[in-house]
Amino acid sequence: MATINVNGKDLDVTDVPIDTPLLWVLRDHLGLTGTKYGCGVSECGACTIHIDGAAAQSCVTSLGDVGTGKILTIEGLSDNGDHPVQDAWRDHNVPQCGYCQVGQMMTCAAMLKDKPDPSETEIEEGMWNICRCGTYNRIRAAVKTAAQEMQK
Amino acid sequence: MSNSLQHLTLRQLIDKSRLETEIQSPLGKAILRRDFLKGIAAGSLVILTATDGTTTVAASDDLATDENLSPSLFVAIEPDGTVQILAHRSEMGTGIRTALPRVLADELGADWDKVVIRQAKGDKRLGDQNTDGSNSIRFFYKTMRIAGAMARTMLQQAAAQQWNVDTNRCTTKNNQVLLKGTKKSINFSKLVAAALQLTAPKPEALKFKSADEFQYIGKNFPITDLADILTGKAVFGIDARIDGQVYAVIARCPVVGGVVSSYDAEAAKKVPGVIDVIDLPKFQGAPLFQQLGGVAVIATGTWAAWQGRDALNVKWDEGPNATYDTEAFSAALKETVNKTGQTLRSQGDATGVIAKAATKVSATYSVPHLAHAPMETTCAVADVKTNDKGEVTSCYLQAATQNPQAVQQAVGPAMGIPNEQVSCDVTLLGAGFGRKSKPDYCVEAARLSRILKKPVHVTWTREDDLRHDYFHTISAVHCEAGLDAAGRPMGWLMRGAYPSITSTFAVGADTPATWEAEMGLTDLPYDVPNIQVEVGKAKAHTRIGWLRAVCHIFQNFAVSSFADELAQAAGVDPYEYLLDILGDDRQLDLAALKLGNRGANPNDYPYDIGRLKNVLARAAKHSNWARHTDLPQGQGLGIACCRSFLGYTGHVVEVSVTPAGSVSVDHVWCSIDSGTIVSPDRVYAQVEGAALMGISQAMYGEMPMKNGKTVHSNFDGFQVARMSDAPQEINIDIIKSDAAPGGVGETGIGSFAPALCNAIFAATGKRVRDLPIKNHDLSWTNQ
Repeated sequence: MATINVNGKDLDVTDVPIDTPLLWVLRDHLGLTGTKYGCGVSECGACTIHIDGAAAQSCVTSLGDVGTGKILTIEGLSDNGDHPVQDAWRDHNVPQCGYCQVGQMMTCAAMLKDKPDPSETEIEEGMWNICRCGTYNRIRAAVKTAAQEMQK
Repeated sequence: MSNSLQHLTLRQLIDKSRLETEIQSPLGKAILRRDFLKGIAAGSLVILTATDGTTTVAASDDLATDENLSPSLFVAIEPDGTVQILAHRSEMGTGIRTALPRVLADELGADWDKVVIRQAKGDKRLGDQNTDGSNSIRFFYKTMRIAGAMARTMLQQAAAQQWNVDTNRCTTKNNQVLLKGTKKSINFSKLVAAALQLTAPKPEALKFKSADEFQYIGKNFPITDLADILTGKAVFGIDARIDGQVYAVIARCPVVGGVVSSYDAEAAKKVPGVIDVIDLPKFQGAPLFQQLGGVAVIATGTWAAWQGRDALNVKWDEGPNATYDTEAFSAALKETVNKTGQTLRSQGDATGVIAKAATKVSATYSVPHLAHAPMETTCAVADVKTNDKGEVTSCYLQAATQNPQAVQQAVGPAMGIPNEQVSCDVTLLGAGFGRKSKPDYCVEAARLSRILKKPVHVTWTREDDLRHDYFHTISAVHCEAGLDAAGRPMGWLMRGAYPSITSTFAVGADTPATWEAEMGLTDLPYDVPNIQVEVGKAKAHTRIGWLRAVCHIFQNFAVSSFADELAQAAGVDPYEYLLDILGDDRQLDLAALKLGNRGANPNDYPYDIGRLKNVLARAAKHSNWARHTDLPQGQGLGIACCRSFLGYTGHVVEVSVTPAGSVSVDHVWCSIDSGTIVSPDRVYAQVEGAALMGISQAMYGEMPMKNGKTVHSNFDGFQVARMSDAPQEINIDIIKSDAAPGGVGETGIGSFAPALCNAIFAATGKRVRDLPIKNHDLSWTNQ
């Protein structure tokens, strides 16, 4: 058995080998399906979560690697869906199908902690997640809006 | 094959190619009616509108006992004023689950905050649920307005009785009936009981809102699922959960048509969490939407099943497609299009005129296989119950599907039950692009659940998705033209060769279908006196499917690239040249050209050259096209236009190419005319997305195959556009129109890639005829 801290709660994970990627632990064993599978090899960013405040790809982070790290998923990003990043995504009507957007927002939220006022290049490099619907222009605009709001 | 299939539309083809084992039976009315009524409050006013426009009005209480009522598109107004609207098309990112209910709500005068949208199950009595082909608004705009107008009229009549006034004096807004010229109003909730006592008006007597009265149609609004998406609560197919479900990951032969030779079940079962290992038989005959076959590993979680699959060590008997090599195949296609093929359009003597022309131009274009690669792979959960004899007694699925009726048609025969007894709920789709209208994954889930007697969730890994897709075809298109002294084309010859989508439905089908050729070849819009269009044979060695924009991807790429090449040969500005060869404003004679027009009535949906020229001219104007001659080497503007899915687009793309040959798409302008628009913001979103998908396809898109197997199996090899590829700006211009609604989702693709490659030519003098662009050396030196 392992105990991990997810969204501020200590959760017991039983009967799951410790080399299991956190993505599947969250989704299949803890019922937290907001974090998405997209590639399994850290190429697309759909599974992005925060561990101790830094963005991490849960598809390549195993249960055993987490230790006492504090895991934050979309379910814990805000109480009412009102994190400045979520607000900005709403203001710009970013999602089309919406599948990758959880990962996009988690990537953005972590990036803006490190770089509160990112340059165009920093946004391009920081927001590397794949969106097949092609919402990149709106994501770029939403990142800028979120950055402005978070600096207020 | 059976060339008789060549002239069927895709929908006819799917319908004709059903499995012989399909069981026909009377509809299970009692079961479906219960499903249908679930969640509608007693005493509600229910308006059912069949897709042929016929309408039934009933109290929800009566519906429960009336054996003859069938499910239809409906609106139910509950005694508390809640307005329930059925959404029967799948949501995969277009906003359709919001847009069609908005049409009904507008005509009704509903308060959007009181609207509850219910997602329909698969049921053929709802009409077409195949959410592809950019058809949803076109097919159901009128139906939704009839349903809304019927409900509104009855509420108006009920209010008129109470006020003792003429019904014409009553209007509706925000769930209220209002009395014109007064401040009187009555909430819908207080009229439901009285409306139920009335006789429904005849549909032909209904009065509809005029465009200037629209409250929702043509106005921007957020999609109904937005809050759930932003908080991770939205349920996609991969998130579907049925109590007690287990997880399956399946090993399938990397070559289509291959079968299992051996595997190590015991090794898989040693993986912690693995429950079972089960054989899935190979499909019979043509692939259709049957399971590919292979070995399934069942476990307590997706990861354990995946690890179990890795331990199987499957050996395959790969079969005859193991010789398939796309590089050699592409070369063979180019040879095919250099020879005479089967004529699909002939006007005058194109070959004779070209032979005698002062200037001859010829070029051959090619586009490789592409994968759909939606961010959510194909996923479904099935719960099949059996009796003591192993016969299926019930079959229920939750699936990310573009077409729940296709799920019924594919799963029914596999379970030995009538299609109507397959109950399929539709989740949100993490995009689809055509992949999720082919429900092989649902058949897998149902077959496994039947054997295991438990709900089984099948998840395709990304590797599965990219190895076993229904791939976009591989193609070559050859173009020749003869120009007169002024540079105008007097003769135009085109030949296309590519494995047909028909091959997925009929063994041996080896010739492009007429509806495929019509997406860019036989519908050539230019005013050229001599035209010849031919197609050549090409056998399929993998499953061929439709991908967003389908044959427009390569046929409009060829046509609009070639037009640009002719402009160069003629020494004329490419924009002026296009306007000139499009000719006078007119409508193509669709009947004479034997064009199917996607089944749309030519009176409502003409092929209107004036509208095509208009979007071209507006894209040129907004991009300030005239400046293209002033741009330095390494920068360029390219232009193209097309009609696709009954909509019109004009694209201008601005690129810069570094001296080392690195391309960036700086700016995109698109004008789109798709007639009546319900949701402008979602049209912008679709056209923005089409530009990015166009960049993916044109810059990076290729799925090479060697020895019958895909070379790439994840996003490291199968590259797609990322943020760094996105243009600095995408300017979209929607033509205001009250013409019949055309397509949008696919329409934005067709003219993008040729405009991009035309821009690259303008910047570098290098012509890209073989996609993708990344394979070309586009370096340049100062001249």
